[in-house]
Amino acid sequence: MLKVEAIDAAYGRVQVLRGLSITARAGEILCLLGRNGAGKTTLLKAIMGLVPVTGGGITLDGTEITALPAHRIPRLGIGYIPQGRRLFGELTVAENIEIGLMAGRQDRETRARVLALFPRLGERLGQRADTLSGGEQQMLATARALCLGPKLLLLDEPTEGLQPSMIALIREVVREMRARGVAVVLVEQRVDAVLEVADRVVFIENGRTALDTAPEELRTNPALLHRHVGV
Amino acid sequence: MEFGPHLMLAVLEGLVQASVLTLTALGLSLVFGVMRVVNVAHGEFFMLGAVLAWWITSLLGGGAGLAFAAALVGAPLMVGAIAALADWLVLRRVAYDPERTIVATIGLLYIFQQITLMTFGPDARPVPPPFNTRLALPWFEWGEGGIALYWPWGLSITSYKLFVIAAAPVVLVALWLVMTRTRLGLVLRATRIDSETARAFAIPVEQVYALVFGIGAALAALGAVLVVPIRQAHYLMGADPLLLSFIVVIIGGLGSLRGTVLAAVLIGMSDGIISVFFTPTLAKIFATLVVAMVLVARPGGLFGERRT
Ligand SMILES: Nc1ncnc2c1ncn2[C@@H]1O[C@H](COP(=O)(O)OP(=O)(O)O)[C@@H](O)[C@H]1O
Ligand SMILES: [Mg+2]
Repeated sequence: MLKVEAIDAAYGRVQVLRGLSITARAGEILCLLGRNGAGKTTLLKAIMGLVPVTGGGITLDGTEITALPAHRIPRLGIGYIPQGRRLFGELTVAENIEIGLMAGRQDRETRARVLALFPRLGERLGQRADTLSGGEQQMLATARALCLGPKLLLLDEPTEGLQPSMIALIREVVREMRARGVAVVLVEQRVDAVLEVADRVVFIENGRTALDTAPEELRTNPALLHRHVGV
Repeated sequence: MEFGPHLMLAVLEGLVQASVLTLTALGLSLVFGVMRVVNVAHGEFFMLGAVLAWWITSLLGGGAGLAFAAALVGAPLMVGAIAALADWLVLRRVAYDPERTIVATIGLLYIFQQITLMTFGPDARPVPPPFNTRLALPWFEWGEGGIALYWPWGLSITSYKLFVIAAAPVVLVALWLVMTRTRLGLVLRATRIDSETARAFAIPVEQVYALVFGIGAALAALGAVLVVPIRQAHYLMGADPLLLSFIVVIIGGLGSLRGTVLAAVLIGMSDGIISVFFTPTLAKIFATLVVAMVLVARPGGLFGERRT
């Protein structure tokens, strides 16, 4: 589905990604782990075309997307849930959802299906997004991305600062997407948040892939975990 | 004339000013709000609107009404297209960097001014108003039997000026409907709030910017077409609307359309009234003082955004 091959990316002269590669497959949850500043967010932005890629290539279902203008990339079916949610705060819940629908040229039916996943949003359609609680904001950010009808879903630390019930809900939705054959790339900082849902785990260190493994491996081999998570 | 009728006359002049200024300043505010671009060439789009209105009306000749209607539609469209092109060729190239766009739009200012001087010439040129009936207005006085209406000599307004006064609210409502009720408005608002996330949701931000720059310029041009039957078209006429629009946008609060409208009415009215009673120069001094005082009391303007 998604192939990121040996990409370099930089902010101005500061190089952040150095020959990083990952592969995400349909119906699979790929978890990216790594310390603060490792380059996880930059990787997702590079996939979305929001950060210039200076080397290597990115393909989606075999189509080269590395050099596409950023606004053409979501049209190919990539739903992005940015770190910190990045809702359109002054817009209403309904308007945020509308933007997701427009991005994927989706209709009322998709909207109804997504709202069924998050009934709380359905009760707050007219409310401004920045007046929602943290958990509701994360629901909206997720709903906005799902409204695009994605075949690839990128989530950047969706559980950051959420209470356990909300984390469980997000995890449930992610599993549901996997069951529908969506390829999921889930960025997290905490290992324990990941082991339960991940099909594969990739550690990113200093803008490079440091380890690509199965979650069982990490569970049975704590030394491995310790080396990459460190303390 | 007595004070009452004189004041009424001044208020009407003020409303004419306020109407034109509202449209012009709204264009500047829209461009700054959505694109974060300080458009120093905004006054030149106003000037181009006036000059093109003259060009269209003199080209068509014939009935003043039809020629003016053509100018009212054609000049803003043409100016909007010129601005969108300037955005695509210049502002996009400097990646909308705040400092470089200021320098770039200063460059555009001189380019537009000199091209106009070379083609249109240095003379001021009139555009005939499409209709210009003088309407006498009544005033009242307290008599023995209560209020009595009478028609003071000299208290009148032309039908054209009434048309100008009515134009701003009509355009405002139309703009408001577009911004709040249409998909285009939703796209514009989302881009204004967070252009990066807008891109991540398939919004072609560069195209949106070109469109917004065009709409902003077209609003200035519309204000100019309205004013040109009252004041003539001249290649240097962009300076005053630029200054006043900046004053309005700063007082209203950067990026706030509501604040812009309120400040435009305030500044336009006071400009018109002070010009009638005293001099236009005193009006500009007053407006500049108001800016200074607002900025001391409320650095973000009356409706300033409190974002970082
Ligand atoms: N807009 C930016 N400009 C310059 N440097 C940045 C920017 N965003 C992130 N960085 C740098 O890039 C590196 C990787 O950041 P990021 O991708 O956000 O890491 P992570 O998401 O893994 O915490 C960090 O060193 C960070 O300081
Ligand atoms: Mg991050």
